[in-house]
Amino acid sequence: MDTTDGPLVPPQHRRVVLGFKDAEDLEAPDLPTESLPLNMGPSHPAMHGTVRMVLEVEGEKISSADIQIGYLHRCFEKESESATWTQVFPYTDRLNYISPMLNNVGYALAVEKLMGIADDIPERALFIRVIVGEVSRIADHLTCLGAGAMELGAFTVFLYALKAREWLFELLEEVCGARLTSTYLRIGGVHFDLPPEFGPKLLDILARTRIVMSDIGKLLERNRIFRDRMDGIGIITKEDALAYGITGPVGRSTGLAYDVRKDHPYLVYDRFDFDVPVGSVGDNFDRYAVRVEEVNQSMRILEQALATIPAGPFMINNPRVALPPKSETYNSIEAMIAHFKIIMDGIHVPPGEVYSYTEAGNGELGFYIVSDGSGRPWKCRVRPPCLPAVAVLTKVLPGLFIADVVPTFGMMNMIGGECDR
Amino acid sequence: MGFEFHTSSLKAAVNWARKFSLFQYPFVTACCGMEFMSVAAPKYDIARFGAEFPRFSPRQADLLIIVGTITERQGPALRRIYEQMCEPKWVVAFGVCASTGGFYQNYSTMPGADQVVPVDVYIPGCPPRPEQVLDGLILLQERIQRGEGHSQIAIEAEKGYDVPLAAIRPLGSTHRKEEP
Amino acid sequence: MAQIVLDRLGARFTGGEILESGSEHGDEWARIRRDAWIPVAMFLRDDPSTKMEMFIDLTCVDRFGKEPRFDVVLHVYSVSLKHRVRLYCGAPEEDPWVDTLVSVWAGTNWFEREAYDLYGVRFKGHPDLRRILMYPEFVGHPLRKDYPKEKRQPLVRRQAGAPD
Repeated sequence: MDTTDGPLVPPQHRRVVLGFKDAEDLEAPDLPTESLPLNMGPSHPAMHGTVRMVLEVEGEKISSADIQIGYLHRCFEKESESATWTQVFPYTDRLNYISPMLNNVGYALAVEKLMGIADDIPERALFIRVIVGEVSRIADHLTCLGAGAMELGAFTVFLYALKAREWLFELLEEVCGARLTSTYLRIGGVHFDLPPEFGPKLLDILARTRIVMSDIGKLLERNRIFRDRMDGIGIITKEDALAYGITGPVGRSTGLAYDVRKDHPYLVYDRFDFDVPVGSVGDNFDRYAVRVEEVNQSMRILEQALATIPAGPFMINNPRVALPPKSETYNSIEAMIAHFKIIMDGIHVPPGEVYSYTEAGNGELGFYIVSDGSGRPWKCRVRPPCLPAVAVLTKVLPGLFIADVVPTFGMMNMIGGECDR
Repeated sequence: MGFEFHTSSLKAAVNWARKFSLFQYPFVTACCGMEFMSVAAPKYDIARFGAEFPRFSPRQADLLIIVGTITERQGPALRRIYEQMCEPKWVVAFGVCASTGGFYQNYSTMPGADQVVPVDVYIPGCPPRPEQVLDGLILLQERIQRGEGHSQIAIEAEKGYDVPLAAIRPLGSTHRKEEP
Repeated sequence: MAQIVLDRLGARFTGGEILESGSEHGDEWARIRRDAWIPVAMFLRDDPSTKMEMFIDLTCVDRFGKEPRFDVVLHVYSVSLKHRVRLYCGAPEEDPWVDTLVSVWAGTNWFEREAYDLYGVRFKGHPDLRRILMYPEFVGHPLRKDYPKEKRQPLVRRQAGAPD
């Protein structure tokens, strides 16, 4: 193309304004086009099956985006209003279904805060919660990175990430009996103790996962296709992150250094030494890089936690909250009655309202709980961490190309169960 | 008499070929998708069963795997995807939500995907373990071999499909012998 | 922890805009009169001693049998000062509306749509008040306490006796 007569494409229509050096050769002149509605989803391979985007496109460029969620609305709140406090745990598993342990932690802490028993939880239980939570976080980030890369055609990365995730799932299966939907935590502690040989196995898996992460980095970070589709695409500013309430890796990629684990330490996070990675641009590559670094930081936390975990009980010593041991349940009528009351009536939580927040895989996972003093929640609201990140897409997508939707959406890590509840 | 024998044996050969070349369309909505990824990933490797390659267009697929909760809002989309697939087609409900709704019995979730599309094989579990999924796939393959898929039966009922096939294909004896 | 926020609110709004305030389980809360909802939010965001620049959550509670029946609940947080506060704004059953906060925190947009969808509280001045989680054909507001849990409104079903 002869460009001696001045640029054919006005500079504002060039991708080069987004940080590309050599995009002018690739781009056709700005032809006059009509605006065209384009429907993506709900069953689109990159839309995770649960979101529909109605894009208004001019040529390849998006002029407006209407994002419709709700395809996986499973009524978490309505279901939990008719369940006992303990029965809500299985529903929390299925919010962010890649890291169910982190949701369990968030809900357990909220109920314990409302009951005022947060200080009585045995220390070993706190450590176990940190450990299983961080293992879940690694699995969450691995899935996001692998799936995000697969949507850009890097299938090998997906297989590598899934290989590592499989080790973590098998380890969690040893802990709680389920690969994915764990329901491992209870109000007042955890259901089982860690299995024998848990520590050495986890350290071995972490060592192998480090190799996988380094392989993934080698495959992606200097890959031209990957970088071209990630660098400078889908920029979120820090002001937007604040106004929309975006937290977690997406929020941190904008430079907003807010991590609940660091700013408001819960459990025993204040005893560990770890860093909070932040991005500088807020584009897709920053979101990728923040997640990679968070995996490394989670591994650091895990190593410190395994080195310092104390022995002792893993369930609160409070007969109104904890189930009696099975040996007593089967052999004494008092324990049998206590067991029956806790299972059938549920744990009694005093009336009140509480908002408790933890750092889940996608950001601040808040539980706003209203109790009326009966055995069931009056309201159990989840503050979904990925809903703001999806909401901001209506602002981010206009101006991008259709092909940019896939990496941008992938790096938001929208999880249907959590976004739609 | 001979015609009868040849027809049924060709049908067996066709079904044998069908059952080992399933092109799946994963309709992934929810948690089960994570286990579906595991089934496709190296350790469990669905490729060993001839159902390797997910087609992300329903027009190129003959096996619809419904992975995860189907809500009332999702129903029309699912129905439309099913109608776009070419026959004969098979449907697997992956997980208890797709089978019956599971423990989500409320105003938004559908009590099983079979409210909207016919289902051949139900795989229970919340989510099912990968081994269970592979077991369900083998079960489906057995049904395909016996010609018991819902759309195979529907085609049989319409008549006429097997006779032209028997006419155009030479009747060899190279295919695997059928178990009783 | 965030008592300073309540003190500032009490000092700035003296005309009865703050109906009630308190602290519960370490969470500070204040109940705002409906007509002061936007000014209070603006003040919290901009005042240098509160600096609530981050929107966290907006939802609604159905206090069935009490007056006002609906409470819109807002959580906001200050990243720089590390404190947060919960605000309530009541909306009576016969005419449930609250002013929209989209002009204060842009992120409230989808959360207000959700509260409208599930509870039927209208947000005055909202730019795009549509259903978000349920489909447009849905009738009623399902998270109200008087909506039966299993009352489905199907869009599509297989017909009985259909060949497939």
